[in-house]
Amino acid sequence: MEQLLQPWPWYVGGPLIALVLLLLLLGGKTFGMSANLRTLCTICGADKTAAFFKINWKDQNWNLMVALGALIGGFIAANWLSIDSAVAISSQTIEKLQQLGIQSAGMAYLPSEIFALKQLRDPKTLALLVVGGFFVGFGTRYAGGCTSGHAITGLSNLQLASFIAVIGFFIGGLFVNHLILPYLL
Amino acid sequence: MKNSYFLVVGLLFGVVMYKSEAASWFRIYEMFQFDAFHMYGIIGSALTLGVIATQILKRGKFNSIFGTPLAIKDKDPGVTRYLIGGTLFGIGWALTGACPGPLFTLLGAGFLPILLVIISALLGTFVYGLLRDKLPH
Repeated sequence: MEQLLQPWPWYVGGPLIALVLLLLLLGGKTFGMSANLRTLCTICGADKTAAFFKINWKDQNWNLMVALGALIGGFIAANWLSIDSAVAISSQTIEKLQQLGIQSAGMAYLPSEIFALKQLRDPKTLALLVVGGFFVGFGTRYAGGCTSGHAITGLSNLQLASFIAVIGFFIGGLFVNHLILPYLL
Repeated sequence: MKNSYFLVVGLLFGVVMYKSEAASWFRIYEMFQFDAFHMYGIIGSALTLGVIATQILKRGKFNSIFGTPLAIKDKDPGVTRYLIGGTLFGIGWALTGACPGPLFTLLGAGFLPILLVIISALLGTFVYGLLRDKLPH
């Protein structure tokens, strides 16, 4: 029980993600969380504006259930399965982030300098969240998948397309992490 | 029955995302700085087991637990959409520290500003849907 309440090491988390992939395959479906963003657009009426959203969203019901489960799982993990939610990132990372003004590094689950409600008054933080979210939505649909659809499912199926997409994830991620975030944080 | 199966799988996924800290902005930042093995260990071990499971299921004549055929599909071939789309997603991933799965998990964990990221992601998805025919794929 004590182990369960501590952060889970990579060799527990990784295999459990593979188990999720396996359970979805055995359920006759494929893992892909960003498809839910399209379904939610359709439910909100986007099918009246663009053909891309003309899907029978009820076929995607199963995936919305996975997303709902992921949400409830977040609630359970944060409230009932954690004593201390501080993320023990490496000391070099803590030092780098503190130099950029992220003092909560090593002491919180998410940086309070970005994800506290009062930070929404700061235009830079607001831009980070809105622009970042927009790129997540636009990019995943353009690429036809995200970390679950390409990096886990696609690569497990040895798909070249997914390998190219994952290279893209790192081109974009490294660019922002090293060249943009130092000015934005 | 079907709905509750997928709800439970999602629940497991959400707990794993949170507890393994793959849903933490800090872990994503650390990953792109190459400062720790943690995220590479998660993705690498998930992938190693994922390849084994997928290849076994693909080669055998298995049905799903609901009696339907398995859905292990090949991706459409191409380079442009994967490279450009992937890069754009990577930009968003490094900024927000969240990919689409953890977006739901973090909202459930009580981080309300994530709602703004989700709404923006829906807007991004919608704009892609509007522009799709004009974009190179």
